[in-house]
Amino acid sequence: MDDFIAARSQMAISLGFHIIYSCIGMVMPVFMAISHYKWIKTGEPVYKNITQAWSKGVAIFFATGAVSGTILSFELGLLWPKFMEHAGPIFGMPFSLEGVAFFIEAIALGFFLYGWNRFNKWFHWCTGVMVGISGIASGILVVSANSWMNSPSGFDYVNGQYLNIDPIKAMFNGSWFSEALHMTIAAFSATGFAVAGIHALMIAKKQNVQFHTKAFKIAIVFGAIAAILQPFSGDISAKNAAAKQPAKLAAMEAYFHTQPYSPLTIGGIPDTANKKVNYGIEIPGLLSFLVYDNFKQPVKALDTIPKENQPPITVTHIAFEIMIAIGSTMMLIGILYFVAVWKKRSWLSKKWFLNLFILSTPFGFIAVEAGWTVTEVGRQPWIIQGVMRTSEAVTPMPGIQYSFYLFTAVYIILSIAVILLLKRQIKMVPELYDRKF
Amino acid sequence: MLYVVISFLFLAIVLYFLLGGADFGAGIIELFTSEKNKPRTRKTSYQAIGPIWEANHMWLIIAVVIMFVAFPTIYSTMCTYLHIPLLIMLLGITARGTAFAFRNYDAIKGENTQRIYNKVFVYSSFITPLFLGIIAGSAISRQIDLHATSFLDAYIFSWLNYFSVTVGLFTVALSGYLAAIYLIGEADNDHDVRRFILKAKAMNILAVVFGGLVFIASEIEHIHLAHWIFGNPVSLTAVIAASISLAASWMLINKGKRKIIRVGAGFQVTMILLAVGYMHYPYLVMIKGGQNLSLFAYHAPAKTIEVLALGLMLGSLLILPSLFYLYYSFQKRNEVV
Ligand code: HDD
Ligand code: HEM
Ligand code: HEM
Repeated sequence: MDDFIAARSQMAISLGFHIIYSCIGMVMPVFMAISHYKWIKTGEPVYKNITQAWSKGVAIFFATGAVSGTILSFELGLLWPKFMEHAGPIFGMPFSLEGVAFFIEAIALGFFLYGWNRFNKWFHWCTGVMVGISGIASGILVVSANSWMNSPSGFDYVNGQYLNIDPIKAMFNGSWFSEALHMTIAAFSATGFAVAGIHALMIAKKQNVQFHTKAFKIAIVFGAIAAILQPFSGDISAKNAAAKQPAKLAAMEAYFHTQPYSPLTIGGIPDTANKKVNYGIEIPGLLSFLVYDNFKQPVKALDTIPKENQPPITVTHIAFEIMIAIGSTMMLIGILYFVAVWKKRSWLSKKWFLNLFILSTPFGFIAVEAGWTVTEVGRQPWIIQGVMRTSEAVTPMPGIQYSFYLFTAVYIILSIAVILLLKRQIKMVPELYDRKF
Repeated sequence: MLYVVISFLFLAIVLYFLLGGADFGAGIIELFTSEKNKPRTRKTSYQAIGPIWEANHMWLIIAVVIMFVAFPTIYSTMCTYLHIPLLIMLLGITARGTAFAFRNYDAIKGENTQRIYNKVFVYSSFITPLFLGIIAGSAISRQIDLHATSFLDAYIFSWLNYFSVTVGLFTVALSGYLAAIYLIGEADNDHDVRRFILKAKAMNILAVVFGGLVFIASEIEHIHLAHWIFGNPVSLTAVIAASISLAASWMLINKGKRKIIRVGAGFQVTMILLAVGYMHYPYLVMIKGGQNLSLFAYHAPAKTIEVLALGLMLGSLLILPSLFYLYYSFQKRNEVV
């Protein structure tokens, strides 16, 4: 494996691992705050049990999220020193604020996890809310750093020099809003569906039905609302990509030839040698419509972009298709849930209905990984769109493949450990929380 | 504004050394505790660091962020030439943080799994400060060679030398010392208090021995640390202050005056860091051949520094009070018990 590929793969696997914990770190505190609130208000012990059971699981995720985030902060420099040397002062602002947000999060988490029966209950509740707020704030900030790489601003690039740096402008770059919005919604829909799915499984197994039903409800309400909003925010993201990164958009759609009534291709496998898509369904005009709100105006295709500036097409396109397929499915399931709540309450306890949620447990996280693949692979060959190539940024140290293997092994071990620990938490629910009913 | 940023950098490093160090130290103490007493040490250190360890480690993140935003060239030089020790340190942090969380939050306390978590926890608690020290030592050891042609010269001997390694061992001993002092105050019975006092003394002796080795190693590597430290008044004063407080804490340790000895230990370590820090200030990294990376020459443009300084000052208004309240709250409990 050559060093450059190894460095990219190591970055990808680290981020792909971290993002799961970040989503949970952003969203679970919100769920806990809701059930905690219900406990304080109603005094029903089941809500206290849910809050505590969740917080035990979340503590494991937090620790793993914190260490994998620490790895990332160093990896940016370890793998991409030339990038950080120039980009650090420009896009560092969100990272510094993110540092503050993490700090507050870690402090609030200490209060929350260890504060049971020790503080005023509303103070304790507020610390939980603070964990959520700072988690979401840090997620938005770090995504703003990433969106700067997609649409760099806040500096002038003159003869290889980075002049007139304005970190605030860089933070509020052209893509920050669409990316931050889409990512935050994604975190809610992915975590909501995953948590709901696990509780649905336990309901189907007829274990602690009251406990799991209440937990399921909190999670799925957020998950379903987010899943319904997601495609709309995705549309904003796509329009933004068309404006800032036409190469990325064209690769996402595997769209080779510029033409009026630009078609949208659904499914299919790109044949890059012959510049066409096999087995796909083309809907003429739809791409033009999605990007420009009219069916005629041609969208820029790959033929307007020099070969050396094109991203890998197959990976970007397939990842995009996966995200869209899952996004549409999750939206339908979300709508179905509300139909059931309002019109067909009998569905809620039906086997097929529960199975649907059990099946969709991993969907959101698959879409998150696919979406990031689109964003990051679609930016290639640039690390800073149009300014610096990824290959110029990589560390000169040879032998990166060994560190890639090492980190891959570490992440695999950690993933297995976290899954096992989570299983054990769930297994212990009856013993720890049942006798009180 | 540059001074604000530099102060925060120094603050973050010192606090990481003290708080993170005491954290790692708890694992080091556990490593050197007899099997019989291990569960008790574990329980005490869990109560002591459980609520605060995540916050303690944030100082490292703050330091890194300041480095890459404000001193990007220095940061990228360190990341390139000290890649390997940084990598090992990261693996150590990962192993330690997860093992600590897993062993406390595993819903089923199985014997075998707990044994694995404990092993991982204690060894990574040892390795991480060792490599932190190695990295710090390497930064000023003049062994980073920008013109190196071979892999070994560029990426291995930059950190694998007597000086860096002895600094690493010194860091381990100091961490253990800080933790033992901290645990004296957390223990809830006389037997444990006595145990931790013994540990504190042992670690203190080790620190003095390794400290001496650092000076010897510096002579071997032609760094002439002694000349350097004793040659400037600030470092000299700091070293003297550290020695006096060392003597004082030996006397107070037996009396079990936990607040005073805690402050004393923190003071000693801060003085040591001040002595070393001041001695090469404003150079953060010293390169082979005499080229030094000065904080004043290799910083980001003024605008970035300004915004960063504002962000740090505002952030600390939020962070410091809540952090103090966190320490205070979880301190109180032990006085009640
Ligand atoms: C639950 C997860 C999830 C779901 C269901 C969707 N997405 Fe997504 N998508 C993400 C999770 C995600 C993400 C992982 O969060 C990304 C990566 C970067 C980002 O900001 O969000 C993303 C990126 C992303 C981008 C690239 C933005 C860029 O690089 O500039 C586009 C165009 C879309 N999405 C569009 C959509 C559409 C039209 C969807 C409707 C079906 C959709 N996504 C569903
Ligand atoms: C889109 C990508 C990312 C998102 C949404 C995200 C979000 C988060 C969130 C919400 C947390 C706290 C959750 C927890 O503690 O479990 C977290 C932890 C962390 N992240 Fe990320 N992150 C992302 C990428 C990154 C990157 C690229 C870096 C580094 C450069 C990074 C650095 C960190 C650090 C240092 C922590 C630990 C903080 C702590 O101890 O609480 N993250 N991240
Ligand atoms: C957590 C969600 C994220 C995921 C899953 C993710 C995924 C990826 C992937 C798959 C790559 C490899 C692309 C390739 O080389 O073909 C990559 C590269 C990279 N990402 Fe991200 N990314 C995320 C967020 C971020 C954020 C928030 C930042 C920084 C602020 C970031 C910075 C980078 C850098 C510096 C590279 C290497 C250079 C490059 O390939 O362009 N990523 N990421």
